[in-house]
Amino acid sequence: MLDLNFDIVSSSSKDTIKGKLFKLTCFKDLQGAIALEYALIVKESSMHHQTQYGLYIYTDQKLYNESPLENKVLFPETATYLAENDIIKINSQADRVRTLYRKKANTNSFLVTENCNSFCLMCSQPPKKKDDSFLLKEIIELLPHIPKDCPEVGFTGGEPFLRGGAFIEVLRSVKQQLPHSSVHILSNGRLFKDINLARDLGSLEISDLMIGIPLYSDLSYVHDFIVQSQHAFTETIKGILNLKKMNVKVEIRFVIHKENYQSIQNFASFISRNFPFVDHVAFMGLENTGFAKHNHEQLWVDPIDYMGDLKESVLHLTRKGINVSIYNHQLCLIPFELYPNYRKSISDWKNEYFDECGKCSKIEHCGGFFSSTMSKSRALKAI
Amino acid sequence: MYNKPFKNIDSFKPSKYELLPFDLEIISETNVHISNMLGEYLTLSKEHISELIEQKLEIDSRLYKELKRKFFIFDDTDEINTVIDLLSTRFRTKNQLISNFTGLHIFVVSLRCEHSCSYCQVSRQNVESVDFDMTEEIALKAIDLMFKSPSPSLKVEFQGGEPLLNFKTIQFVVNKAKERNAIEKRDIAFVIATNLALVDDAILEFCKEHGVLISTSLDGPSFIHNKNRYRPGNDSHMKAVEGIKKVRSVLGYDRVGALMTTTALSLKHPKEIINEYLANGFNSIFLRPISPYGFAVKGTKANQDLDEWLEFYFKGLEYIIELNKNGIKIREDYASIILSKIYGSRESGYVDLQNPAGLGISAVVYNYDAKLYASDEGRMLKEMGVEVFCLGDIRNQTYEELFANENFLEILERSVLESSPECYQCAYRQYCGSDPVYHFATQGDFTGNKSRSGFCKKNKTLFKKLIELYENDLETRSIFQSWFKRD
Repeated sequence: MLDLNFDIVSSSSKDTIKGKLFKLTCFKDLQGAIALEYALIVKESSMHHQTQYGLYIYTDQKLYNESPLENKVLFPETATYLAENDIIKINSQADRVRTLYRKKANTNSFLVTENCNSFCLMCSQPPKKKDDSFLLKEIIELLPHIPKDCPEVGFTGGEPFLRGGAFIEVLRSVKQQLPHSSVHILSNGRLFKDINLARDLGSLEISDLMIGIPLYSDLSYVHDFIVQSQHAFTETIKGILNLKKMNVKVEIRFVIHKENYQSIQNFASFISRNFPFVDHVAFMGLENTGFAKHNHEQLWVDPIDYMGDLKESVLHLTRKGINVSIYNHQLCLIPFELYPNYRKSISDWKNEYFDECGKCSKIEHCGGFFSSTMSKSRALKAI
Repeated sequence: MYNKPFKNIDSFKPSKYELLPFDLEIISETNVHISNMLGEYLTLSKEHISELIEQKLEIDSRLYKELKRKFFIFDDTDEINTVIDLLSTRFRTKNQLISNFTGLHIFVVSLRCEHSCSYCQVSRQNVESVDFDMTEEIALKAIDLMFKSPSPSLKVEFQGGEPLLNFKTIQFVVNKAKERNAIEKRDIAFVIATNLALVDDAILEFCKEHGVLISTSLDGPSFIHNKNRYRPGNDSHMKAVEGIKKVRSVLGYDRVGALMTTTALSLKHPKEIINEYLANGFNSIFLRPISPYGFAVKGTKANQDLDEWLEFYFKGLEYIIELNKNGIKIREDYASIILSKIYGSRESGYVDLQNPAGLGISAVVYNYDAKLYASDEGRMLKEMGVEVFCLGDIRNQTYEELFANENFLEILERSVLESSPECYQCAYRQYCGSDPVYHFATQGDFTGNKSRSGFCKKNKTLFKKLIELYENDLETRSIFQSWFKRD
């Protein structure tokens, strides 16, 4: 697991860097004002010549000590993953760093807010009530620095659309600054029960925009229970219909756990009959963090116990012409008929493998485990 | 059990439910089949239907959940406007084709034919009589009318007689329609329905250049085909089989389709006919109903024919399912049309099962003599002296005059199932359609008395049997699902 937020070990001058955002580079001959926006990753002493970089980053203590430069910082060794074109932000006390963007990441997701109008039993990012509108400001600050060839940007929450018009404006800015990037937003879809919000989003006409919306059951009250909110099902259904009316692409996300694993097939048939127009359906394994960890005993089910139903459901939806993916599962648990639907989805900064995986011939195709995994399937095996 | 701050499921369960509209049919001593406007269905016992209506169902019962997920009921955890929005979206999606209006345009380019098929419903003319060919002047009028249709996709089907006897008009229509389509930008396709006896390299080269598809007749093995489709020399079967090979070698494997016509002789040989299709490399077959036109249109003979046809059909279907279970992939088209009406999210567009009737809406026929017909069968009835399905003359009438003529609208109005006696409360209505031509031919009435209707009996029997097969065997179900039309 990568450490995306870490403490600064040592720094020469806090005042000039606090609260600042830097793009990273390994190119040591950048000249003029532009160099100020960059932090140079210093890997050898030959890079110690004076130019005007905004910051000089070290992960090697010895090199740091020898450096004659001002504006130098020492990061922990766990931060060696930082590379060209990544973007970091120094906090206001200049003692902590957040990695906001990684060029090499398989996904770059931005947290819009931790506020939420649902309270899902298995939420991996439990909602908080405090005002965190600074997060959105930070995204606005970051956007111009993201490389223009960035294939996809993601937005998560909380419920991002609780930020309403302000978030819509951010998306407008995304369209202007990153016209070639796909945009994926995780939302519970409830606020789109208001057709006006759906219209505002649709009228942005972002060419490759998809809203990923969780739906956990085909029965209203079961979904309401799982997200711990009355009428959530109805609001989400209305939201999906409104989004599709406004030509926004919708992905349905079904996280599988003990409260719904027995009705996967009913769910799939509900989708194919009522939402044949959805753009993608994702069946997702449980990530054992946040509330899912708290409710682990009530929620965890061995994937092998639903694999038969999952197979039927995926094949059913596929026959109906709907795109289906399986996320957050280990390849050895998946029947070969579903290989075309299998995605190596666990973010590269939080996946891990077990010892027995070392013997597996397909490990490079397998997403592995969340580093938070608490229970393993009894059917795991090297294949 | 969940600890605070989480609530348990009981806090979210509904407390009362209400009914949404549905139709029912008693299917046995103990069971009732119910269905709703989306075509969702369920079979339940008579006791359960009483409980359902009296609102006494247990909320935790399996039946409650099943009724809820299929929209027979809604409860206080739902919101009625959202339910209606969802259902109306589905209904609209399913019936979207109607708003496209006419997609299939049949050009009868010649009544001449060199075959003498036993079942021919068209008064074929001998090969020399060019008076029965469509002229370029009439063809141009027809093309004009075709592009008046709002449909984003247009299919031009050349029929006869034997259309290849007037190939120059086919060439003329293809060229002119393509010219016009450079501006119109419709999705346009061309098909020639031919017996293939006259197909030659020049014709195939033209088809290849313009992407024209071929549809031919194959009634079964030679002893059936040659008997049904007589031609001097008794070589119709050989001509068809060789023609299919020839077409494939020039146009490609999937550019030729075949249709069978069912006759009294065919009824005894479903397996042989299916094997013939397999032997000729087809992966689908349409086991078509016996046509009631031209012979035996009235009285008990028609019913007897129907019973024999149903037996033939189910024998054939059973064989096809068995083939599929053994890895030989072949689809039965009539079943796949009906199954996609029952289980699919969109209408298949099959002309004979539309509500309102597909007449003029799904298909229209431009006859060689400039007469416009609302359907191919309508044209055939005319050849028997019945003019009611003729919409007018395309030489001197406008699109509006032809398609909004009172006589035609009256027929369509009488074909709407929601206002037809018996149909309006039929539990299979959502899968069914109307056939005014059939009912006019058999009963002298556009709507028809459905208790005496072979159309009704045939389709209801098929719906019930196909649902039964789908429900009772998982392997059959997945075979059926592989036949659905993709949306």
